[in-house]
Amino acid sequence: MTSAEALITILAVAAATLATRAFAFLLFPPGRPTPPYISYLGRVLPVATIGLLIVYCVKTATPLAYPHGLPELIAIVLTGLIQWFAKNTLAAIVAGTIVYMLLVQSVFT
Amino acid sequence: MSSAVPTQPAERPAPENFGRALKAAFPHTVPVLTGYLFMGAAFGILLQSQGFNFLWAGLMSLTIYAGAGQFVAVGLLAAPFAPLSAALITLMVNARHVFYGFSLLDRFRGAGRARPYLIFGLTDETFSLLCSTAPPPGVSRAGFDLAITVLDHLYWISGGMIGALLGSKLSFNVEGIDFVMTALFVAIFTEQCRTAKNRLPGLIGVLGSAACLAVFGAANFILPAMAFLVIALTAGRAAVEKRMGA
Repeated sequence: MTSAEALITILAVAAATLATRAFAFLLFPPGRPTPPYISYLGRVLPVATIGLLIVYCVKTATPLAYPHGLPELIAIVLTGLIQWFAKNTLAAIVAGTIVYMLLVQSVFT
Repeated sequence: MSSAVPTQPAERPAPENFGRALKAAFPHTVPVLTGYLFMGAAFGILLQSQGFNFLWAGLMSLTIYAGAGQFVAVGLLAAPFAPLSAALITLMVNARHVFYGFSLLDRFRGAGRARPYLIFGLTDETFSLLCSTAPPPGVSRAGFDLAITVLDHLYWISGGMIGALLGSKLSFNVEGIDFVMTALFVAIFTEQCRTAKNRLPGLIGVLGSAACLAVFGAANFILPAMAFLVIALTAGRAAVEKRMGA
């Protein structure tokens, strides 16, 4: 691939990425009221989508084969518990990540 | 129909306020700083292994600004020239971003001139920070959102360029550091469930996506999961709105 071809490929990928992010805004431009159904989706989609993102992050875990998704499960439960009871997002993220790194580097090797 | 047109947003990130917005936003972005430096570096290392230097890494992180999308793009750059199929593959990989727009339609109406950039910068991580944080008194919503987006973008560009510059010279064991993103989503999800009047949307999100992953497999589950979420949330609208008091 020449430099010009690489540049065109990068611009194509950039345009497609922007298209996914701008889609809803192009469909419902400002100045027109958002239909109630779309507003409803706007209120419930964030938490549902973050749920989807969590699943997306652990999609390569292997529940049926070693290590059975245990590093992910343990670290996710720990992160969730710290957030729920201590209400400290940074502590939850740091603890969850360190425990996960220890698990995949030294325990489930 | 008299109230159909929203009032023109008066607040716009004024230059003298933006420093304060950056300062207020920075602590919230620390998990993304960690994740983006390491994930961006992983991208940069992969890219330079294909013969593209740090300037290419910087250009891609500046213009594309998508984690999974850029990893896929490295493969596209190594393949024969086919820009149309590159665009189509990217649409598939980033399809989930369509939901972010629907979630922030009303919110970004008040963003004024920052609006196009905020839309451009809607990564997974920026989206979840925008959904879970509020500006302190004295900082406008639009300025705060812009500060989060700019900081995250800078972290991502820096990570990519550092990775491409250092290449394979990085040798300490960072296996598992990418979990910082998973942990960020888990913490935000937990907080939203803890404070929510109705946990049904969150449950639908996790369980529905997990079921689609089990049925369709890791490579193909995103689009079915998105369709399932919209259908399930639509079917459950009456129950959800009753409990939300909306």
